[in-house]
Amino acid sequence: MGRAWKFGDNVSTDLIAPGRYYHLRSNLPELAKHVLEDARADFAAGVKAGDFVVGGRNFGKGSSREHAPVIIKLPGTRAVLAKSFARIFYRNCINIGLPAVVVDTDRIDEGDDLDINLEAGVVTDRTKGIELAFPPLPSVMARILEEGGLVEYIKNHGDLVLAGP
Amino acid sequence: MPGQTLVEKILSRASGRDVRAGDIAIAQVDLAYVQDGTGPLTFRQMEKMGLVKAANPTRSVVFIDHSAPPPRKELATDHVYLREFAARTGMVVSDVGEGVCHQVAFEKFVRPWDVAIGADSHTVMGGAMGAFATGMGSTDVAVALALGKTWLRVPETMKFEVGGRFAKGVFAKDLILRVLGDIKTDGATYMAMEWGGPAIAAMPMTERMVLSNMAIEAGGKCGPQPSDQETKRYLREHGREAEWKELRPDPDAGFEDEHPYDVSSLEPMVARPPQEDNVVPVTDPSVKGLRIHQVYLGSCTNARYEDIRVFCEYMKGEKVAKGTRLIVVPASKESYVRSMKEGLLEILLDAGATINPPGCGACPGVHLGIPGDGENVLSTTNRNYVGRMGNPAAFTYLASPATAAATAMHGVIADPREVG
Ligand code: SF4
Repeated sequence: MGRAWKFGDNVSTDLIAPGRYYHLRSNLPELAKHVLEDARADFAAGVKAGDFVVGGRNFGKGSSREHAPVIIKLPGTRAVLAKSFARIFYRNCINIGLPAVVVDTDRIDEGDDLDINLEAGVVTDRTKGIELAFPPLPSVMARILEEGGLVEYIKNHGDLVLAGP
Repeated sequence: MPGQTLVEKILSRASGRDVRAGDIAIAQVDLAYVQDGTGPLTFRQMEKMGLVKAANPTRSVVFIDHSAPPPRKELATDHVYLREFAARTGMVVSDVGEGVCHQVAFEKFVRPWDVAIGADSHTVMGGAMGAFATGMGSTDVAVALALGKTWLRVPETMKFEVGGRFAKGVFAKDLILRVLGDIKTDGATYMAMEWGGPAIAAMPMTERMVLSNMAIEAGGKCGPQPSDQETKRYLREHGREAEWKELRPDPDAGFEDEHPYDVSSLEPMVARPPQEDNVVPVTDPSVKGLRIHQVYLGSCTNARYEDIRVFCEYMKGEKVAKGTRLIVVPASKESYVRSMKEGLLEILLDAGATINPPGCGACPGVHLGIPGDGENVLSTTNRNYVGRMGNPAAFTYLASPATAAATAMHGVIADPREVG
């Protein structure tokens, strides 16, 4: 269970990990103190383990910087929920073991109490008493996520040995 | 079976079987690279995987370009790590002063039919060479470097069929801004944006590069273009003619959808903050005459020799308006040297420009031209997000080098068709 932190459409990786903190990229705990600060100033200090980042359309658009999902995950964020994701950001989330879930976030409000069941494909909004279903990940990505990310996956298999879709 | 799109062709070759949109493929990687902002994390991930090696060292490149030379000790120390790791694994280093990764990659490394994977979103520029080129995050690129392969979903293709002739003062940048205004910043998410048609065939390589470069601004996975005689000419100019191979789409290729454009009636375009799809013609009252504090001619999108030349055609003998700064950052050493030899740097300096070393400069907001609070920037770069150039309280407008020149002269956003 965790709290919903709501963001709008088109949250860019520059909003998540601003270029002016470029020099902190090899110091992720410091960089994480600025996560999403240009989108909302209260997030970095307020987010707690188990909370959810809830975006609109095209979440994570822009650059390939994997630091963006890494510093969202670092405080213990449970998952990123959005109506749609930018491609590189989405793949990066899975690769670092942060669930990125496409779901109808219009029905979730700021501060709602959320839970997620990845296996069942359901986000529960306890505040509203509703369940929001989401489609399963493509099988390749589901396996990478299950194993904790791409580093763990490669350590387990020694190679890219992905079954078909 | 219908014919294949450009990406289907390249990914069939690279995966050793006939693949179509929607298939999952494991593809051989012909070129993999990182830059100094994404490289340290990539290499730390390789260490965690226990894979401190490069499958193809001479086709694995470390570009030091985003903070080059480094403005802070933390970044300088990242560079130390990058060089050491490259030395251990035999990777190639493109060091401080060589230029922006995608530009240098295009001049020296990307070949037609290649699969090129870069830890930077504008890797898509390689599509102009007739390659499948896409940006990925550090961990994916770690695998591509170490194992020489990657997994991919073969994308559907949106076909952009472009006809007509560009009017004076109108360029590829105006076309791609117009397309972004039409399809929006997520209009090509997960898809290939394939370019073709007579206007593309007639376009010099350095203009084609702009179109592929900004595929990511529509969320595109890649921006492939045919490899033709112009591709061959470009490679010859760079001493690489032997690397040329033709690449053409099949006439019956299966496209997701088709987007015809006629550039004859296209006007110079400007993208307003806060994102690249907020586009209007330069004549729109919301932009024309808007006070600009800094003009920025830089980035992998529009700071090649050819862009500097266009800029100088307008700027020659003119001065930058009082109260406006002009910052020029050649995209690569090649562009810098050629501009110097042809006297373009002198034109720029006489006009009042500051010229920075080749690299990313202020484009990602690291250094060398970060705007002040409340300032407006007219930039030839590719993104104008809040905070992109290092200050969330400044505003960036995107346009072509010609529009940038007209703007620098007047100190307000100006129409290049009305000057020069
Ligand atoms: S010039 Fe700008 S867009 Fe191009 S690689 Fe550098 S930071 Fe990225």
